[in-house]
Amino acid sequence: MLGRTLREVSAALKQGQITPTELCLKCLSLIKKTKFLNAYITVSEEVALKQAEESEKRYKKGHSLGDLDGIPVAVKDNFSTSGIETTCASNMLKGYVPPYNATVVQKLLDQGALLMGKTNLDEFAMGSGSTDGIFGPVKNPWSYSKQYREKRKQKPHGENEETNWLITGGSSGGSAAAVSAFTCFAALGSDTGGSTRNPAAHCGVVGLKPSYGLVSRHGLIPLVNSMDVPGILTRCVDDAATVLGVLAGHDCKDSTTVQDPVKSFILPSLTDVSKLCIGIPKEYLVPELSSEVQSLWSKAAKLFESEGAKVIEVSLPHTSYSIVCYHVLCTSEVASNMARFDGLEYGHRCDINVSTEAMYAATRREGFNDVVRGRILSGNFFLLKENYENYFIKAQKVRRLIANDFVNVFNSGVDVLLTPTTLSEAVPYMEFIKEDNRTRSAQGDIFTQAVNMAGLPAVSVPMALSNQGLPIGLQFIGRAFCDQQLLTVAKWFEKQVQFPVIQLQEIMGDCSSVFENDLASVSLKQ
Amino acid sequence: MWARAGRRVLRAPRGGCRGFASRAGSPETGRIAREVVEHLERLALVDFGGPEAVARLERAVAFADRLRAVDTDGVQPLESVLEDRCLYLRSDNVVEGNCAEELLQNSHRVVEEYFVAPPGNISLPKLDEQEPFSQS
Repeated sequence: MLGRTLREVSAALKQGQITPTELCLKCLSLIKKTKFLNAYITVSEEVALKQAEESEKRYKKGHSLGDLDGIPVAVKDNFSTSGIETTCASNMLKGYVPPYNATVVQKLLDQGALLMGKTNLDEFAMGSGSTDGIFGPVKNPWSYSKQYREKRKQKPHGENEETNWLITGGSSGGSAAAVSAFTCFAALGSDTGGSTRNPAAHCGVVGLKPSYGLVSRHGLIPLVNSMDVPGILTRCVDDAATVLGVLAGHDCKDSTTVQDPVKSFILPSLTDVSKLCIGIPKEYLVPELSSEVQSLWSKAAKLFESEGAKVIEVSLPHTSYSIVCYHVLCTSEVASNMARFDGLEYGHRCDINVSTEAMYAATRREGFNDVVRGRILSGNFFLLKENYENYFIKAQKVRRLIANDFVNVFNSGVDVLLTPTTLSEAVPYMEFIKEDNRTRSAQGDIFTQAVNMAGLPAVSVPMALSNQGLPIGLQFIGRAFCDQQLLTVAKWFEKQVQFPVIQLQEIMGDCSSVFENDLASVSLKQ
Repeated sequence: MWARAGRRVLRAPRGGCRGFASRAGSPETGRIAREVVEHLERLALVDFGGPEAVARLERAVAFADRLRAVDTDGVQPLESVLEDRCLYLRSDNVVEGNCAEELLQNSHRVVEEYFVAPPGNISLPKLDEQEPFSQS
């Protein structure tokens, strides 16, 4: 049952083949079994069971709230959840319990979803590995997959199996791992520079970044207000569309959400792609791109061509400046956004009481890790009066050039852009930590970042396994507010490539029954 | 008072600070002057924690310097991708609130309905005057 898609489980719930409580218990059990992945910071067992109970009552009366009623979901720990600790994987907010729900969380709960817990991330969502939070790194479930382990047996290896696990990518690594390991059917992430799409590609799941302004950011602890977007992680494109349908729409509490009427996100099944024009940005072919990803990218382009679509090379001339531009804008906005953490009204507070400034300084030193402090200091440097014009304003101008590149390409008749999501498959943790956070972020965000600059929708869809048995995903980028069209194309592609299901039976042990096709069976004793 | 001051420090130096026009990090040497380091610590209320952090900032600035290569003549800065739309404002009606107790619960130090702050008119001591803090 846990291996099914959201839609299938929803149907099973409606037909009474399984109850929300049974589903909830299965997921909780699996979360316990996969605790070593470190995907969850907080598991909200009691809350979830209570929600399951209420959902069950609704199903019994035949009054289900919709497709998400009774469906286990997980939420990244930088979304505020009322009554449930929200830490952003930082000492600064350890023990902080918000008094309200983020709008997107509220929307999920209003539809009857079961909140399984808060997932792990890089501290304050700064990073591309989910390795820099105070609760430790998240392990990629594929490290333990049959597909990966079989390939490794063929190679002589001296190192210990247990220490050579792979990163999930980041910063929404916990959410990606939670979905990938079947502990929930959908998870919320956040996407500022690729933080939803990057781990989605590394964990073999679908990672959607909606258009900026489509989904409310109220309650999402902000990183870069002009680029942040709540992201959606699911195991298939249809599920992502279902969740987007619930989350999208104007929120009076977030004035950066647009007031356009919400269109339906039900995806047609595309059979004819001959009217489609796919753009391949040539600047994305960088030397650091692994040959495997490159060949899959070519293969995908040829696939579209062979089915009748028009596939053309396009140019986004300012691509090479997007990481630098992001670096300046991100650190500047972070410097401003992190100013709210002073220890007075919420969060960590140090013991010093000599003066407000001394107290703030010590609180912030104790609360933030090196990465966050480094970004705050860089940001403040760029915002200094003498640097403002040359760095911050300059970066804003370059941002316009980058955004215009996309506008020009879409105006020339391109419907959707096809690019890699990451430079390579997931790397081992021991390899990843050899370089610092800024370097790794620059590498991890290289294909995903420009999309946030322009506020466009983008989705990472898993395509195939690498030679090592690890997932590789490709990214589709659409026009602003054309999320439905984007997802329709992604759905077609997903159907064509038939990405394999992760085989985790080895580590699941006696949980293997959860993957059997038990739609027919009714008795589900734990 | 402290709240407003806290917000303003990150926008511009307060009146009375010296200008650092020529020393805000020269691209040639990449060195960031000690006064700038102290100034940043004061503005950010986050300390560097050591020379490695200063070196990291220098590398970050050198990285950012690559922007100079882009020709942005006549280009307007982009603040928001939604700039062509009107910003929505809610009508000025009170619809929620009255949750003082809930909000006070999250603070470490409260007295009745007040958040308690230490005295605010004492400047942060300079780097060399500071007590050595324990490593976090």
